[in-house]
Amino acid sequence: MSNVRVVGTGITPFGNVPERTGRDLFAEASIAAFEDSGVPRDDVEAVFYGNFMGELAEHQGHQGPLMAEAAGVRAPATRYESACASSGVAVRDAVYRIRSGEADVVLVGGAERMTNLGTAGATEALAIAADDLWEVRAGMTFPGAYALMAKAYFSKFGGDREDLAHVAVKNHENALPNEKAQYRSAITVEDALEAPWVSTPLGLYDSCPISDGAAALVLTSEAYAEENDLDAPVAITGTGQGGDRLALHDREHLARSPAARKAGEEAYADAGVGAGDIDVAEVHDCFTIAEVLAIEALDIEGVGEGISAARDGRTTADGETPINLSGGLKAKGHPVGATGASQIAEVASLLAGEHPNSEHVEDATTGLAHNAGGTVASATVHVLEVVA
Amino acid sequence: MSDERGVQDAGYDEWLDAVEDGNAFYLECPNGHGSLPPRRVCVDCGSTDLERVDLPETGEIETFTVTHVPTPAFEEDAPYATAIANFGSVRITGQIVGLDPDAVENGLEVEPKVTISETTDERVLGLEPV
Repeated sequence: MSNVRVVGTGITPFGNVPERTGRDLFAEASIAAFEDSGVPRDDVEAVFYGNFMGELAEHQGHQGPLMAEAAGVRAPATRYESACASSGVAVRDAVYRIRSGEADVVLVGGAERMTNLGTAGATEALAIAADDLWEVRAGMTFPGAYALMAKAYFSKFGGDREDLAHVAVKNHENALPNEKAQYRSAITVEDALEAPWVSTPLGLYDSCPISDGAAALVLTSEAYAEENDLDAPVAITGTGQGGDRLALHDREHLARSPAARKAGEEAYADAGVGAGDIDVAEVHDCFTIAEVLAIEALDIEGVGEGISAARDGRTTADGETPINLSGGLKAKGHPVGATGASQIAEVASLLAGEHPNSEHVEDATTGLAHNAGGTVASATVHVLEVVA
Repeated sequence: MSDERGVQDAGYDEWLDAVEDGNAFYLECPNGHGSLPPRRVCVDCGSTDLERVDLPETGEIETFTVTHVPTPAFEEDAPYATAIANFGSVRITGQIVGLDPDAVENGLEVEPKVTISETTDERVLGLEPV
Protein backbone atom coordinates (compact mmCIF):
# COMPACT_ATOMS: atom_id res chain seq x y z
CA MET A 1 0.00 0.00 0.00
CA SER A 2 1.30 3.41 -1.00
CA ASN A 3 1.90 6.00 1.67
CA VAL A 4 0.02 9.26 1.31
CA ARG A 5 2.42 12.18 1.29
CA VAL A 6 1.65 15.56 2.80
CA VAL A 7 3.19 17.72 0.08
CA GLY A 8 1.74 21.12 0.92
CA THR A 9 0.01 22.75 3.88
CA GLY A 10 -1.64 26.12 4.40
CA ILE A 11 -3.33 27.66 7.41
CA THR A 12 -4.82 31.14 7.68
CA PRO A 13 -4.23 32.97 10.92
CA PHE A 14 -7.02 31.80 13.25
CA GLY A 15 -8.90 34.61 14.96
CA ASN A 16 -11.59 37.18 14.99
CA VAL A 17 -12.27 38.42 11.45
CA PRO A 18 -16.09 38.44 11.27
CA GLU A 19 -16.24 40.22 7.93
CA ARG A 20 -14.23 37.60 6.03
CA THR A 21 -16.27 35.06 4.07
CA GLY A 22 -15.64 31.34 4.24
CA ARG A 23 -14.66 31.30 0.57
CA ASP A 24 -12.05 33.99 1.12
CA LEU A 25 -10.60 32.15 4.12
CA PHE A 26 -10.35 28.86 2.24
CA ALA A 27 -8.86 30.59 -0.81
CA GLU A 28 -6.05 31.98 1.37
CA ALA A 29 -5.31 28.59 2.95
CA SER A 30 -5.35 26.83 -0.42
CA ILE A 31 -2.99 29.37 -2.03
CA ALA A 32 -0.51 28.76 0.80
CA ALA A 33 -0.88 24.98 0.45
CA PHE A 34 -0.32 25.04 -3.33
CA GLU A 35 2.70 27.36 -2.97
CA ASP A 36 4.15 25.06 -0.34
CA SER A 37 3.54 21.96 -2.48
CA GLY A 38 4.81 22.94 -5.91
CA VAL A 39 1.87 20.99 -7.36
CA PRO A 40 -0.08 22.60 -10.25
CA ARG A 41 -3.79 23.11 -9.54
CA ASP A 42 -4.67 21.24 -12.74
CA ASP A 43 -3.30 18.02 -11.27
CA VAL A 44 -5.89 17.97 -8.47
CA GLU A 45 -8.41 15.20 -9.06
CA ALA A 46 -10.77 15.71 -6.13
CA VAL A 47 -11.51 18.18 -3.34
CA PHE A 48 -12.52 17.05 0.16
CA TYR A 49 -13.81 19.97 2.21
CA GLY A 50 -14.95 20.12 5.85
CA ASN A 51 -17.41 22.67 7.19
CA PHE A 52 -19.93 22.54 10.01
CA MET A 53 -22.12 25.62 10.36
CA GLY A 54 -22.05 27.27 6.93
CA GLU A 55 -25.84 27.32 6.65
CA LEU A 56 -26.20 29.13 9.97
CA ALA A 57 -23.19 31.45 9.71
CA GLU A 58 -23.31 32.36 6.03
CA HIS A 59 -26.63 31.06 4.73
CA GLN A 60 -24.46 28.94 2.46
CA GLY A 61 -24.99 25.30 1.71
CA HIS A 62 -23.44 23.32 -1.14
CA GLN A 63 -19.99 24.54 -0.21
CA GLY A 64 -17.96 21.85 -1.99
CA PRO A 65 -18.01 23.39 -5.47
CA LEU A 66 -17.85 26.89 -4.01
CA MET A 67 -14.61 26.11 -2.22
CA ALA A 68 -13.05 24.28 -5.18
CA GLU A 69 -13.82 27.43 -7.18
CA ALA A 70 -12.30 29.63 -4.46
CA ALA A 71 -9.15 27.50 -4.60
CA GLY A 72 -9.01 27.75 -8.39
CA VAL A 73 -9.55 24.02 -8.83
CA ARG A 74 -11.92 22.47 -11.37
CA ALA A 75 -12.01 19.01 -9.83
CA PRO A 76 -15.21 17.64 -8.31
CA ALA A 77 -15.67 18.61 -4.67
CA THR A 78 -17.58 17.17 -1.73
CA ARG A 79 -18.33 18.78 1.61
CA TYR A 80 -17.95 16.72 4.78
CA GLU A 81 -19.91 17.51 7.93
CA SER A 82 -19.17 15.77 11.21
CA ALA A 83 -19.40 18.74 13.56
CA CYS A 84 -15.95 19.70 14.81
CA ALA A 85 -14.43 16.60 13.16
CA SER A 86 -15.56 17.72 9.70
CA SER A 87 -12.13 18.06 8.15
CA GLY A 88 -10.78 15.06 10.07
CA VAL A 89 -13.24 12.87 8.20
CA ALA A 90 -12.44 14.75 4.98
CA VAL A 91 -8.75 13.91 5.41
CA ARG A 92 -9.62 10.28 6.08
CA ASP A 93 -11.61 9.92 2.88
CA ALA A 94 -8.89 11.75 0.95
CA VAL A 95 -6.33 9.25 2.27
CA TYR A 96 -8.57 6.36 1.21
CA ARG A 97 -9.03 7.86 -2.27
CA ILE A 98 -5.28 8.02 -2.84
CA ARG A 99 -4.62 4.61 -1.31
CA SER A 100 -7.23 3.03 -3.55
CA GLY A 101 -5.34 4.30 -6.57
CA GLU A 102 -8.34 6.29 -7.80
CA ALA A 103 -6.48 9.59 -7.36
CA ASP A 104 -2.87 10.73 -7.13
CA VAL A 105 -3.43 14.34 -6.08
CA VAL A 106 -6.18 15.76 -3.88
CA LEU A 107 -6.92 19.02 -2.11
CA VAL A 108 -8.38 18.57 1.36
CA GLY A 109 -9.18 21.05 4.08
CA GLY A 110 -11.89 23.02 5.77
CA ALA A 111 -13.03 26.43 6.84
CA GLU A 112 -15.39 27.99 9.32
CA ARG A 113 -16.74 31.49 9.74
CA MET A 114 -18.07 31.86 13.29
CA THR A 115 -17.38 35.20 14.95
CA ASN A 116 -19.95 37.02 12.81
CA LEU A 117 -22.58 35.11 14.79
CA GLY A 118 -21.51 36.63 18.13
CA THR A 119 -20.99 34.56 21.28
CA ALA A 120 -24.64 33.65 21.80
CA GLY A 121 -25.18 32.86 18.12
CA ALA A 122 -22.05 30.74 17.88
CA THR A 123 -22.99 28.92 21.10
CA GLU A 124 -26.36 28.13 19.55
CA ALA A 125 -24.78 27.02 16.27
CA LEU A 126 -22.29 24.74 18.04
CA ALA A 127 -25.11 23.22 20.08
CA ILE A 128 -26.68 21.68 16.98
CA ALA A 129 -23.93 19.06 17.09
CA ALA A 130 -25.75 17.65 20.14
CA ASP A 131 -29.07 15.78 20.23
CA ASP A 132 -31.58 18.55 19.58
CA LEU A 133 -34.57 16.85 21.20
CA TRP A 134 -32.94 15.33 24.25
CA GLU A 135 -30.02 17.64 25.02
CA VAL A 136 -30.30 21.06 23.40
CA ARG A 137 -33.96 21.56 24.32
CA ALA A 138 -33.09 20.81 27.94
CA GLY A 139 -30.65 23.73 27.81
CA MET A 140 -27.43 21.79 27.36
CA THR A 141 -24.76 23.88 25.63
CA PHE A 142 -21.49 22.53 24.30
CA PRO A 143 -19.41 23.88 27.15
CA GLY A 144 -22.17 22.47 29.36
CA ALA A 145 -21.73 19.00 27.85
CA TYR A 146 -17.98 19.01 28.48
CA ALA A 147 -18.64 20.39 31.94
CA LEU A 148 -20.88 17.37 32.60
CA MET A 149 -17.98 15.15 31.51
CA ALA A 150 -15.48 17.08 33.63
CA LYS A 151 -17.67 16.76 36.71
CA ALA A 152 -18.16 13.05 36.01
CA TYR A 153 -14.39 12.66 35.60
CA PHE A 154 -13.63 14.39 38.90
CA SER A 155 -16.18 12.16 40.66
CA LYS A 156 -14.81 8.96 39.16
CA PHE A 157 -11.06 9.56 38.99
CA GLY A 158 -10.35 12.65 41.09
CA GLY A 159 -8.59 15.81 39.98
CA ASP A 160 -9.84 19.35 40.06
CA ARG A 161 -10.05 22.67 38.25
CA GLU A 162 -6.45 23.47 39.04
CA ASP A 163 -5.31 20.39 37.10
CA LEU A 164 -7.35 21.60 34.13
CA ALA A 165 -5.88 25.09 34.49
CA HIS A 166 -2.45 23.58 33.84
CA VAL A 167 -3.70 22.31 30.47
CA ALA A 168 -4.75 25.84 29.53
CA VAL A 169 -1.48 27.36 30.77
CA LYS A 170 0.51 24.81 28.75
CA ASN A 171 -1.40 25.38 25.54
CA HIS A 172 -1.21 29.17 25.83
CA GLU A 173 2.53 28.83 26.39
CA ASN A 174 2.85 26.64 23.29
CA ALA A 175 0.99 29.19 21.16
CA LEU A 176 3.38 32.05 21.93
CA PRO A 177 5.65 31.53 18.86
CA ASN A 178 2.85 30.31 16.55
CA GLU A 179 1.98 33.13 14.17
CA LYS A 180 -1.27 31.44 13.22
CA ALA A 181 -2.56 31.30 16.80
CA GLN A 182 -5.50 33.38 17.98
CA TYR A 183 -4.13 33.87 21.50
CA ARG A 184 -0.41 34.52 21.79
CA SER A 185 -0.48 35.48 25.43
CA ALA A 186 0.81 33.58 28.43
CA ILE A 187 -1.64 32.94 31.25
CA THR A 188 -1.16 31.70 34.79
CA VAL A 189 -3.01 29.05 36.77
CA GLU A 190 -4.47 31.88 38.84
CA ASP A 191 -5.77 33.64 35.70
CA ALA A 192 -7.55 30.45 34.69
CA LEU A 193 -9.02 29.81 38.13
CA GLU A 194 -10.25 33.39 38.52
CA ALA A 195 -11.84 33.66 35.06
CA PRO A 196 -15.63 33.94 34.77
CA TRP A 197 -17.68 30.75 34.66
CA VAL A 198 -18.89 29.39 31.36
CA SER A 199 -20.46 26.22 32.72
CA THR A 200 -19.23 24.90 36.07
CA PRO A 201 -16.61 23.49 36.60
CA LEU A 202 -15.36 25.05 33.35
CA GLY A 203 -14.39 28.70 33.18
CA LEU A 204 -13.44 31.00 30.33
CA TYR A 205 -9.87 29.69 30.11
CA ASP A 206 -11.05 26.09 30.00
CA SER A 207 -12.80 26.86 26.73
CA CYS A 208 -11.41 27.33 23.24
CA PRO A 209 -12.30 30.62 21.60
CA ILE A 210 -14.79 31.20 18.80
CA SER A 211 -12.67 31.53 15.68
CA ASP A 212 -12.65 32.19 11.97
CA GLY A 213 -10.11 30.38 9.83
CA ALA A 214 -9.26 27.81 7.22
CA ALA A 215 -6.73 25.08 6.56
CA ALA A 216 -5.77 23.25 3.37
CA LEU A 217 -3.54 20.31 2.53
CA VAL A 218 -2.28 18.99 -0.79
CA LEU A 219 -1.92 15.23 -0.49
CA THR A 220 -0.42 12.97 -3.14
CA SER A 221 0.47 9.36 -3.70
CA GLU A 222 4.04 8.37 -2.96
CA ALA A 223 4.58 7.67 -6.66
CA TYR A 224 3.45 11.17 -7.65
CA ALA A 225 5.66 12.78 -5.00
CA GLU A 226 8.71 10.82 -6.15
CA GLU A 227 8.11 11.24 -9.89
CA ASN A 228 7.82 14.98 -9.43
CA ASP A 229 10.73 15.16 -7.01
CA LEU A 230 8.61 16.89 -4.35
CA ASP A 231 10.10 17.91 -1.03
CA ALA A 232 7.60 15.98 1.10
CA PRO A 233 9.23 13.97 3.85
CA VAL A 234 6.06 13.34 5.89
CA ALA A 235 3.35 10.79 5.12
CA ILE A 236 0.00 9.94 6.65
CA THR A 237 0.65 6.29 7.50
CA GLY A 238 -2.37 5.51 9.63
CA THR A 239 -6.02 6.51 9.67
CA GLY A 240 -8.81 5.57 12.06
CA GLN A 241 -12.34 6.64 12.85
CA GLY A 242 -14.69 5.87 15.71
CA GLY A 243 -18.33 6.60 16.37
CA ASP A 244 -20.63 6.61 19.37
CA ARG A 245 -24.17 7.46 20.49
CA LEU A 246 -24.96 11.09 19.75
CA ALA A 247 -26.27 12.05 23.19
CA LEU A 248 -23.80 12.04 26.06
CA HIS A 249 -26.33 10.45 28.44
CA ASP A 250 -26.52 7.38 26.19
CA ARG A 251 -22.80 6.56 26.60
CA GLU A 252 -21.63 3.73 28.77
CA HIS A 253 -19.16 6.06 30.56
CA LEU A 254 -19.71 9.78 30.99
CA ALA A 255 -15.99 10.41 31.51
CA ARG A 256 -14.45 8.47 28.67
CA SER A 257 -14.29 8.74 24.87
CA PRO A 258 -14.55 5.25 23.36
CA ALA A 259 -14.91 6.64 19.82
CA ALA A 260 -11.46 8.22 20.15
CA ARG A 261 -10.09 4.97 21.56
CA LYS A 262 -11.44 3.03 18.58
CA ALA A 263 -10.08 5.60 16.12
CA GLY A 264 -6.69 5.50 17.83
CA GLU A 265 -6.48 1.71 17.87
CA GLU A 266 -7.40 1.57 14.21
CA ALA A 267 -4.87 4.26 13.24
CA TYR A 268 -2.07 2.69 15.30
CA ALA A 269 -2.69 -0.72 13.73
CA ASP A 270 -2.93 0.82 10.28
CA ALA A 271 0.43 2.55 10.70
CA GLY A 272 1.99 -0.39 12.51
CA VAL A 273 2.91 1.71 15.53
CA GLY A 274 1.84 1.86 19.17
CA ALA A 275 1.00 4.70 21.50
CA GLY A 276 4.54 4.50 22.87
CA ASP A 277 5.92 5.43 19.45
CA ILE A 278 4.13 8.77 19.35
CA ASP A 279 6.67 11.58 19.74
CA VAL A 280 4.27 14.50 19.43
CA ALA A 281 0.49 14.89 19.14
CA GLU A 282 -2.15 17.44 18.36
CA VAL A 283 -5.36 16.47 20.15
CA HIS A 284 -8.82 18.01 20.16
CA ASP A 285 -8.81 20.26 23.25
CA CYS A 286 -12.00 22.21 22.62
CA PHE A 287 -12.12 22.29 26.43
CA THR A 288 -9.30 21.51 28.83
CA ILE A 289 -11.04 18.32 29.99
CA ALA A 290 -11.22 17.20 26.34
CA GLU A 291 -7.42 17.04 26.16
CA VAL A 292 -7.39 14.85 29.27
CA LEU A 293 -10.02 12.49 27.83
CA ALA A 294 -8.23 12.39 24.47
CA ILE A 295 -4.77 11.46 25.73
CA GLU A 296 -6.34 8.71 27.86
CA ALA A 297 -8.36 7.35 24.94
CA LEU A 298 -5.22 7.36 22.79
CA ASP A 299 -3.28 5.40 25.44
CA ILE A 300 -0.75 8.21 25.78
CA GLU A 301 -1.90 8.30 29.41
CA GLY A 302 -3.60 5.61 31.49
CA VAL A 303 -7.31 5.94 32.27
CA GLY A 304 -7.68 8.27 35.25
CA GLU A 305 -4.10 9.51 34.93
CA GLY A 306 -4.37 12.08 32.14
CA ILE A 307 -5.64 14.74 34.52
CA SER A 308 -2.16 15.24 35.99
CA ALA A 309 -0.20 15.07 32.71
CA ALA A 310 0.08 18.81 32.06
CA ARG A 311 0.54 19.70 35.74
CA ASP A 312 3.35 17.18 36.14
CA GLY A 313 5.02 18.16 32.87
CA ARG A 314 4.54 14.93 30.92
CA THR A 315 2.75 16.71 28.06
CA THR A 316 4.46 20.10 28.15
CA ALA A 317 6.84 21.21 25.39
CA ASP A 318 9.79 19.59 27.15
CA GLY A 319 7.82 16.61 28.45
CA GLU A 320 7.83 12.97 27.31
CA THR A 321 5.06 13.47 24.77
CA PRO A 322 4.41 17.13 23.99
CA ILE A 323 0.70 17.65 23.38
CA ASN A 324 -0.65 20.54 21.32
CA LEU A 325 2.60 22.31 20.56
CA SER A 326 0.58 24.51 18.18
CA GLY A 327 -1.35 25.89 21.14
CA GLY A 328 -4.19 23.48 20.47
CA LEU A 329 -7.77 24.52 19.92
CA LYS A 330 -7.49 26.27 23.27
CA ALA A 331 -4.99 28.92 22.19
CA LYS A 332 -4.49 28.47 18.45
CA GLY A 333 -8.26 28.75 17.99
CA HIS A 334 -11.02 26.48 16.74
CA PRO A 335 -12.69 27.39 13.45
CA VAL A 336 -14.39 24.04 13.69
CA GLY A 337 -14.44 22.90 10.06
CA ALA A 338 -10.77 23.81 9.65
CA THR A 339 -9.46 22.22 12.83
CA GLY A 340 -8.88 18.62 11.72
CA ALA A 341 -6.89 19.62 8.62
CA SER A 342 -4.96 22.26 10.55
CA GLN A 343 -3.87 19.62 13.07
CA ILE A 344 -2.41 17.51 10.24
CA ALA A 345 -0.61 20.61 8.93
CA GLU A 346 0.84 21.36 12.37
CA VAL A 347 2.05 17.79 12.96
CA ALA A 348 3.57 17.57 9.47
CA SER A 349 5.37 20.84 10.05
CA LEU A 350 6.58 19.76 13.51
CA LEU A 351 7.96 16.50 12.09
CA ALA A 352 9.57 18.25 9.12
CA GLY A 353 11.43 20.56 11.47
CA GLU A 354 9.70 23.63 10.02
CA HIS A 355 7.45 24.57 12.94
CA PRO A 356 8.34 27.38 15.38
CA ASN A 357 8.12 24.70 18.09
CA SER A 358 10.07 22.00 16.22
CA GLU A 359 13.06 22.62 18.50
CA HIS A 360 11.15 20.80 21.26
CA VAL A 361 10.83 17.62 19.17
CA GLU A 362 14.04 17.59 17.13
CA ASP A 363 14.28 13.80 16.97
CA ALA A 364 10.57 13.21 16.41
CA THR A 365 9.67 10.82 13.61
CA THR A 366 6.09 9.88 14.49
CA GLY A 367 3.18 12.19 15.24
CA LEU A 368 -0.55 11.96 15.74
CA ALA A 369 -3.58 14.15 15.08
CA HIS A 370 -6.86 13.55 16.90
CA ASN A 371 -10.02 15.37 15.81
CA ALA A 372 -13.37 15.01 17.58
CA GLY A 373 -16.97 15.93 16.83
CA GLY A 374 -19.64 16.72 19.39
CA THR A 375 -19.06 15.11 22.76
CA VAL A 376 -16.93 12.65 20.74
CA ALA A 377 -19.71 10.87 18.91
CA SER A 378 -17.26 11.22 16.00
CA ALA A 379 -13.50 10.92 16.18
CA THR A 380 -10.69 10.58 13.68
CA VAL A 381 -7.05 9.81 14.38
CA HIS A 382 -4.22 10.09 11.88
CA VAL A 383 -0.64 8.92 12.35
CA LEU A 384 2.05 10.83 10.49
CA GLU A 385 5.62 9.65 9.99
CA VAL A 386 8.81 10.94 8.45
CA VAL A 387 9.35 8.55 5.54
CA ALA A 388 11.81 10.33 3.28
CA MET B 1 -41.56 22.31 21.12
CA SER B 2 -43.70 23.09 18.13
CA ASP B 3 -42.37 25.19 15.30
CA GLU B 4 -43.91 28.44 14.01
CA ARG B 5 -46.64 26.54 12.20
CA GLY B 6 -47.51 24.48 15.23
CA VAL B 7 -45.93 21.28 13.92
CA GLN B 8 -44.90 18.97 16.74
CA ASP B 9 -42.12 16.39 16.94
CA ALA B 10 -43.98 13.10 17.10
CA GLY B 11 -42.65 10.83 19.81
CA TYR B 12 -40.83 13.54 21.70
CA ASP B 13 -43.77 15.87 22.33
CA GLU B 14 -45.95 12.88 23.22
CA TRP B 15 -43.29 11.87 25.72
CA LEU B 16 -43.43 15.33 27.33
CA ASP B 17 -47.26 15.00 27.40
CA ALA B 18 -46.85 11.66 29.17
CA VAL B 19 -44.53 13.21 31.77
CA GLU B 20 -47.09 15.97 32.38
CA ASP B 21 -49.77 13.31 32.85
CA GLY B 22 -47.60 11.40 35.32
CA ASN B 23 -47.07 8.53 32.86
CA ALA B 24 -43.38 8.89 32.01
CA PHE B 25 -42.06 5.90 30.07
CA TYR B 26 -39.14 4.59 28.09
CA LEU B 27 -38.88 2.04 25.30
CA GLU B 28 -37.61 -1.45 25.99
CA CYS B 29 -36.63 -4.29 23.67
CA PRO B 30 -37.07 -8.01 24.59
CA ASN B 31 -33.44 -8.06 25.76
CA GLY B 32 -34.12 -5.33 28.30
CA HIS B 33 -32.26 -2.48 26.57
CA GLY B 34 -33.82 0.90 27.23
CA SER B 35 -34.05 3.93 24.97
CA LEU B 36 -35.97 7.17 24.48
CA PRO B 37 -38.46 7.95 21.69
CA PRO B 38 -38.82 8.40 18.81
CA ARG B 39 -37.01 5.15 18.06
CA ARG B 40 -37.79 2.10 15.93
CA VAL B 41 -34.64 0.04 16.39
CA CYS B 42 -32.82 -0.91 19.59
CA VAL B 43 -29.31 0.48 19.17
CA ASP B 44 -27.84 -2.19 21.43
CA CYS B 45 -29.21 -5.31 19.69
CA GLY B 46 -31.13 -4.25 16.58
CA SER B 47 -34.50 -5.45 17.83
CA THR B 48 -37.46 -3.66 16.28
CA ASP B 49 -39.82 -4.98 18.94
CA LEU B 50 -39.86 -1.98 21.27
CA GLU B 51 -42.57 -1.44 23.85
CA ARG B 52 -43.46 1.26 26.33
CA VAL B 53 -42.42 0.55 29.89
CA ASP B 54 -43.07 2.79 32.91
CA LEU B 55 -40.07 4.93 33.79
CA PRO B 56 -38.98 4.41 37.41
CA GLU B 57 -40.43 7.25 39.48
CA THR B 58 -37.04 8.64 40.41
CA GLY B 59 -33.53 8.69 39.05
CA GLU B 60 -30.20 9.65 40.58
CA ILE B 61 -28.05 12.57 39.45
CA GLU B 62 -24.74 11.29 38.05
CA THR B 63 -23.26 14.60 36.94
CA PHE B 64 -24.35 18.22 36.65
CA THR B 65 -23.22 21.67 35.58
CA VAL B 66 -24.38 25.22 36.19
CA THR B 67 -24.51 27.03 32.85
CA HIS B 68 -23.67 30.73 32.92
CA VAL B 69 -23.27 31.25 29.14
CA PRO B 70 -26.48 29.94 27.53
CA THR B 71 -27.76 29.79 23.98
CA PRO B 72 -30.23 32.60 23.09
CA ALA B 73 -33.11 30.20 23.79
CA PHE B 74 -32.15 30.14 27.50
CA GLU B 75 -30.90 33.72 27.95
CA GLU B 76 -33.40 34.61 30.68
CA ASP B 77 -33.03 31.22 32.39
CA ALA B 78 -29.28 31.42 33.11
CA PRO B 79 -27.66 30.58 35.38
CA TYR B 80 -29.36 27.21 35.53
CA ALA B 81 -28.29 23.71 36.42
CA THR B 82 -28.34 20.88 33.88
CA ALA B 83 -27.96 17.32 35.11
CA ILE B 84 -27.79 13.79 33.77
CA ALA B 85 -29.90 11.46 35.92
CA ASN B 86 -29.78 7.68 35.82
CA PHE B 87 -33.18 5.98 35.76
CA GLY B 88 -31.80 2.46 35.42
CA SER B 89 -32.33 1.45 31.80
CA VAL B 90 -32.06 5.03 30.52
CA ARG B 91 -30.38 8.26 31.51
CA ILE B 92 -32.06 11.62 31.02
CA THR B 93 -30.57 15.10 30.59
CA GLY B 94 -32.72 17.79 32.17
CA GLN B 95 -32.78 21.20 33.74
CA ILE B 96 -32.93 21.18 37.53
CA VAL B 97 -36.13 22.79 38.83
CA GLY B 98 -37.25 23.59 42.37
CA LEU B 99 -33.72 23.80 43.76
CA ASP B 100 -31.06 26.51 43.81
CA PRO B 101 -28.45 25.62 41.15
CA ASP B 102 -25.69 25.90 43.75
CA ALA B 103 -27.37 23.27 45.94
CA VAL B 104 -27.35 20.52 43.30
CA GLU B 105 -25.15 17.53 44.03
CA ASN B 106 -24.44 14.08 42.66
CA GLY B 107 -26.61 11.31 44.08
CA LEU B 108 -29.67 13.54 44.44
CA GLU B 109 -32.97 11.73 43.70
CA VAL B 110 -35.02 13.48 41.01
CA GLU B 111 -38.16 12.95 39.00
CA PRO B 112 -38.87 14.20 35.48
CA LYS B 113 -40.95 17.35 35.36
CA VAL B 114 -41.90 19.48 32.39
CA THR B 115 -41.09 23.12 33.04
CA ILE B 116 -41.42 26.25 30.91
CA SER B 117 -38.48 28.29 29.63
CA GLU B 118 -38.46 31.84 31.00
CA THR B 119 -36.98 32.94 27.68
CA THR B 120 -39.15 31.26 25.07
CA ASP B 121 -42.19 29.96 26.99
CA GLU B 122 -41.46 26.59 25.38
CA ARG B 123 -41.64 23.32 27.31
CA VAL B 124 -38.32 22.19 28.79
CA LEU B 125 -37.56 18.79 30.24
CA GLY B 126 -36.74 19.33 33.89
CA LEU B 127 -35.59 17.20 36.79
CA GLU B 128 -37.06 17.98 40.20
CA PRO B 129 -35.61 16.76 43.49
CA VAL B 130 -38.08 14.59 45.42
